[in-house]
Amino acid sequence: MSSSPRILEFDSVEKSFFGVKVLKAVTFDLRTGTAIGLVGENGAGKSTLMNILGGIHTPDAGYIRMEGEPYAPRNPQDAARAGVAFIHQELNLFSNLTIAENIFITTFPRVAGLPMIARKTVRERARSLLDQVGLSVNPNTRVESLSAGERQLVEIAKALSLDARIIIFDEPTSSLTALETDRLFELISTLRARGISMIYISHALSDVMKLCDDIVVLRDGEVVGKSRTAETSTAKLISLMVGRSIDQLYPERTGRPAAERALSVRNLSQPGIVRNIAFDLHDQEILGISGLMGSGRSELARILFGLDPFETGEVLLWGENLPKPSPRQCVRMGMAFLTENRREEGLCMEASIAENMALVSLPNFANRGGYWIDHGRLSKSLTALRGAVRLTRSARLSQAVRTLSGGNQQKVVLAKWLLNRPRVFILDEPTRGIDVGAKYEVYSLINKLASDGAAVLIISSEIEELIGMCDQILVMRNGEIADTIRRPDFDRERILRGALKQSHTTRTSPVETARHDPESR
Amino acid sequence: MTLQKLILVALRYTTLLLFGAVFLVFGSLSSKFLEPVNVVNILTQSSSTAIVAIGMTFVLLTAGVDLSVGSIMFVAVAVAGKMIFTGYSLGLSICAALCVGFVFGRLNSILIVRFRIMPFIVTLGTLYFGRGFGLWLTETRAMNMPDAVTQLGAARIAGIPIPILIFLSVLAAGHFVLTQTPLGRQIYAVGNDPEAARKAGIRVNRILGVVYVLSGVCAAIGGFVALTQTGAVSPTFGNQKEFSAIAAAVLGGTSLFGGRGTIFPGTVLGAVLIQTVENGLVILNVDPYLYPLVTSAVIFLAVLIDTTRTNLLEKLGRRPIRVEPVR
Repeated sequence: MSSSPRILEFDSVEKSFFGVKVLKAVTFDLRTGTAIGLVGENGAGKSTLMNILGGIHTPDAGYIRMEGEPYAPRNPQDAARAGVAFIHQELNLFSNLTIAENIFITTFPRVAGLPMIARKTVRERARSLLDQVGLSVNPNTRVESLSAGERQLVEIAKALSLDARIIIFDEPTSSLTALETDRLFELISTLRARGISMIYISHALSDVMKLCDDIVVLRDGEVVGKSRTAETSTAKLISLMVGRSIDQLYPERTGRPAAERALSVRNLSQPGIVRNIAFDLHDQEILGISGLMGSGRSELARILFGLDPFETGEVLLWGENLPKPSPRQCVRMGMAFLTENRREEGLCMEASIAENMALVSLPNFANRGGYWIDHGRLSKSLTALRGAVRLTRSARLSQAVRTLSGGNQQKVVLAKWLLNRPRVFILDEPTRGIDVGAKYEVYSLINKLASDGAAVLIISSEIEELIGMCDQILVMRNGEIADTIRRPDFDRERILRGALKQSHTTRTSPVETARHDPESR
Repeated sequence: MTLQKLILVALRYTTLLLFGAVFLVFGSLSSKFLEPVNVVNILTQSSSTAIVAIGMTFVLLTAGVDLSVGSIMFVAVAVAGKMIFTGYSLGLSICAALCVGFVFGRLNSILIVRFRIMPFIVTLGTLYFGRGFGLWLTETRAMNMPDAVTQLGAARIAGIPIPILIFLSVLAAGHFVLTQTPLGRQIYAVGNDPEAARKAGIRVNRILGVVYVLSGVCAAIGGFVALTQTGAVSPTFGNQKEFSAIAAAVLGGTSLFGGRGTIFPGTVLGAVLIQTVENGLVILNVDPYLYPLVTSAVIFLAVLIDTTRTNLLEKLGRRPIRVEPVR
């Protein structure tokens, strides 16, 4: 594509997890001193690819070459030694240590021959590295007192201390102020001029367009687009990112939303989390919430289920105002919540299927007086239930949940809630990590719930899924509802645009004032 | 925010504030309390616990725990005591005691690192094993040490009692390792975030292995210091010392969640504070049955403070999704 030599080549790299292919024949190059933008929806395989580069995973097939030599790091240390540095979205700094200590944590300069840190050398070298990244803070400052942007600069200084030749940025601007973002971009150009190459991963397409020489689009683990930045546009990128035709079938909706409001949210705000959230969820309605990770979707769900507090606004369940909802109250009033993290929050992995299913509604199966459990009645219900959620026939109810596939585990979670006969469902990523076949069954189940009268709120990173299932979609961005789209107007690009739209400019004004607030430091 | 910061600062220096308060209260109630002799007395009496607590701090910093220190103390002095009785030299016996500490610490670290068993369970196991092994070794009989041992405890070099000297040396060494060596800083890193530490290329398993050995060796040293003071190996020697060691560390500001705490002033201050309270109660002729009640109240207070501080820090550190405009 250009004259400068290639520092990194990906050649048909493949990777599967638990039989699901997450990377398919990924091939592209990075040229020395340039920046390549890597874009794609959540779950497109970007992180996996970078984890392979960083030595956290090994590829199943294909090669990576660095300056023509085979490159196969077995652990993060190998990658660091080869000059690959990561700037993660979740920064890998130790907040209890100082800036200088963080930079040199594995490479402390020592007093000759002794296992003793040469404090003076550390301070001086840290000082010079901080100068290079333009951070004028004492190197002996603890990282916990730095802002997100300053922490990022420390990470970059650390990368420089390791003589990094390739720096990978993963969503570096998501927690930065506009000023910090500009400073970061300036720094990135300076580093490129020094011959350091970059891989820049971001959902902020305008940033990618501004910074990168080339852009690679990943979708479902495949490279679907490679081009010079000058030859593409944001609109083109978006259509490449989502461009798949719907290949999964979604079951036909039978019901229509009823007029009764099941869950109403009015002007709900919690500082730092969500602002001015308002919507109605009707009986028999399936309402979707779209948005990027970190847009406040899951946090909103937690607030609605009473797991986290809210400061102002109202939550009404069947017209009844819940000023301080608690999970217990929500469950009693017929709400069900599937967390996005079923392994850690949704299931007791070592317990049996039956125990997990019975967990929420045990009191309903207690004998009169509530002292012991009517096992006969319970097991009859469980048997009926496993049929209703179409749990695999090969599973015994006494089997540990751990041994089930992702799809069947999710059915157990659903069954657990169904036993309590809820009428409002909040489903956070209900089909994450589930294979296509099981997805269809979960969709059918959700449809059936809705047509039987329940109100369903689905949070999902998969736009297709929402388009296939919902009556209405709310798009969240930056803790607010950015767009509300009714079924006839469903449009992938409109949803993605709402989720991505210029995080850059909207960020500017409030944050700049916040920066001058002495308390924010 | 300002109020929170104020509370945070207060929480950070609680131990110092408590220390000052205790001195003020006891000092005003009894003139004997503040005499230099009594201060030296407090230091001598707290040296054994402080040494064990210093070792414990290394473990707590990695978010682990070592419940076996009391038993290690017992086995170490049981072995050393037997050797002294059999006629081995004092120096050789001390070396043997240290070896016992090393071996027990290594056993803990192998089980924790290699077999990935929780530190709590592993060290609970070695607690019972060590106690049982020591009882078998001593045939559950108390051994009274020859005078040479107690003389060692009472001897002074340059006017300073030997237990205090040992205590100060361990303190200096521990403090040096934690603050001035790569190992020490990496211990803090592992305690802060083991996953990030692994990603940063720190050999997490090696660090975990080292801290339990250090704790075991410190327990053995602390055991021997206690032996020079009591002059006898009884079947209950070192019993429940793990609790006073943890209490001292936590009282000194070490977090049970890892990554936070210091040997100096932290843990040392905590150990001396507990001893000071007991000393003051003795001087004031308080009913001895009340000692544990007062000590437990101090410990509860310390744990409460630790939890409050951690919760507050977590709340302050949570990443906001949106930045609210300032009005």
